[in-house]
Amino acid sequence: MAGHSNYVPQSAAAKWLESRLPVISLVRGSFVDFPTPKNLNYWWTFGGILFFMLISQIITGIVLVMHYTPSTAAAFNSVEHIMRDVNFGWLLRYMHSNGASMFFIAVYIHIFRGLYYGSYKAPREISWILGVIIFLIMMGTAFMGYVLPWGQMSFWGATVITNLFSAIPVVGEAVRTWLWGGFAVDNPTLNRFFSLHYLLPFMIFGVVLLHVWAFHTTGNNNPTGVQPKSNQDTVPFHPYYTIKDLFAIVVFMVLFAYFVFYMPNYMGHPDNYIEANPLVTPAHIVPEWYFLPFYAILRAVPDKLGGVLAMFGAIAVLFILPWLDTSKVRSGVYRPLFKQFFWIFAINAVALGYLGAMPAEGIYVILSRICTVYYFAHFLVILPLLGFLEKPLPIPASISEAVLASGSGKPAGAVAAPQSK
Amino acid sequence: MSIMIKTVRALAAAVVLAATAPAFAAGSGPHIERQQWSFSGPFGSFDRAQLQRGFKVYKEVCAACHGLRQVAFRTLAQDGGPSFTEEQAKKIASEYTVTDGPNDSGDMFDRPAILADKFPSPFPNEQAARAANGGAYPPDFSLIAKARAAHRGFPWFVFDAFTQYNEQGPDYIYALLTGYEENAPEGVVIPEGKHYNHAFLAGNAIGMAPPISDEQVEYTDGSPMTLDQYARDVSAFLMWAAEPKLEERKQMGFRVIVFLLVFASLLYFTKQKLWRNVAH
Repeated sequence: MAGHSNYVPQSAAAKWLESRLPVISLVRGSFVDFPTPKNLNYWWTFGGILFFMLISQIITGIVLVMHYTPSTAAAFNSVEHIMRDVNFGWLLRYMHSNGASMFFIAVYIHIFRGLYYGSYKAPREISWILGVIIFLIMMGTAFMGYVLPWGQMSFWGATVITNLFSAIPVVGEAVRTWLWGGFAVDNPTLNRFFSLHYLLPFMIFGVVLLHVWAFHTTGNNNPTGVQPKSNQDTVPFHPYYTIKDLFAIVVFMVLFAYFVFYMPNYMGHPDNYIEANPLVTPAHIVPEWYFLPFYAILRAVPDKLGGVLAMFGAIAVLFILPWLDTSKVRSGVYRPLFKQFFWIFAINAVALGYLGAMPAEGIYVILSRICTVYYFAHFLVILPLLGFLEKPLPIPASISEAVLASGSGKPAGAVAAPQSK
Repeated sequence: MSIMIKTVRALAAAVVLAATAPAFAAGSGPHIERQQWSFSGPFGSFDRAQLQRGFKVYKEVCAACHGLRQVAFRTLAQDGGPSFTEEQAKKIASEYTVTDGPNDSGDMFDRPAILADKFPSPFPNEQAARAANGGAYPPDFSLIAKARAAHRGFPWFVFDAFTQYNEQGPDYIYALLTGYEENAPEGVVIPEGKHYNHAFLAGNAIGMAPPISDEQVEYTDGSPMTLDQYARDVSAFLMWAAEPKLEERKQMGFRVIVFLLVFASLLYFTKQKLWRNVAH
């Protein structure tokens, strides 16, 4: 990372610091001078957007904790206290709850961008795997966060998900009791979920640094999938991508603000405004929307253990994706067949999300099964075979060549190349 | 190759159709009519007179069984609410009795409520409430306008995001209050002690008897003293009780979004200027 910086300390203080801890050249190498492919499109801004969302969640979360009480007797009322009595408490809480949804919207776009442009392929396997780890921790964090307001969906969602662990042979019951800290979802469960919900975002932050470190070592992927050949193919990260990412973040904030201020409960469930009651089961227990595809896979399998394995398998398969895709061509742009299957996969994923929200009966069960089989088939059958069956389009020799060929070349009246400035 | 591509496309179309077709048919649960509310939309705000009337309906009718335990009396005089004067709010509070203590001799004692208190609930606990209501539990009303919503289903929930339809709660309360019918339709059996209501989310048999009828609450501002008007007013009041910062939220939202749009366009032009010499 630091290797990309040509920074030479000028002032005495900078020289003193740099000779002891080269933090200035580290930051400059990573986020200022870092050579970034010049052809990144707006799908690439979601990394920056995700970083913004992580920071937003951490800041709003830290302030919410100052007013929240993690106990089954007081949690629900303390959330209402935040909504009614704390200065701008409603804003903090709506930013945090909608922020979770925005975080997942951005992460799903980010993941699908990686899938389309082959960002998981050599040499970026480690970046991809770290990304899947971040996604897993995010899911755990979001799940535990949803339990904290101690509404009906909090309680019953926690009950359904923790009960999944009882499907593990032999030790299942013991594991579930251990997770609960008792014999049902109760105060010990709420307290440990609160503790972990506070801890995990900082772990995400740490893995994010590794994730960035990894792809800064290999260099960014780009829409052509062709590695930069010369410095004609790249621009320094700052100011080119700092300004582009910032623009994208502010546009994303408009969407975020729309939900926070005008539709704050749109992505939530009305039952979570009813305090948790272990004696009353809601008519339909549905997880938050971002878990729905995995929930559909869970319910598609008629066997409990099988369902749990399929659900975790749906994420586990992502870990080995770099080795399942046999194509030599990285970017989907030059893969005519892959492109079609990519979109079918995307539609299939959305369909799974829809089915996860529907009751597990009749036609929905059959459709869930078809979509689940297709989900796995995409990774385990289609991607390995496509590499052999598909005839890819010719790959451009370099990023610059691709850019010029696409017609979005240098506009008339251009004055100077960026490197000469 | 082109046959393969066509097959793939046809398959994709079939998957989409298969996934969406049953959704159009799905429409379980009662149909809840959408109502006009002063507080809907990006510039919505509460109608003060309506909130005050709704509060009167709550106090004289609903409060017999339904609590408002999250709502403090002081909020009755806050901006963005019914906007009673502080004197009026104090007087309203003083009409309620709350238990306080222990005092210096270690005893709990009753006293009139003050602005800092929250509405006392009509029953000491759920069991007492059930015992007094034939086994049914009258829910607390603090959040009822956000805790109830009819299932919208696909594709309506997609449109709702764009039309900013947030008022499923008050729509449901209005539908429920006006949804009682003397006689259940043929084939619907209503158990003894229950009442037929076509809007009730949990089946058609509701434990609550029709709570309000024409002329039951006296309005002094000339508004019609009808069940329809009572239902609208109390629904609006309960929306405020559930979301007392609704007006502040929407007003701030407009300013925030205008700022973000201006900022975004400045950033866009800055970005364009910076990138003008880079083919990308």
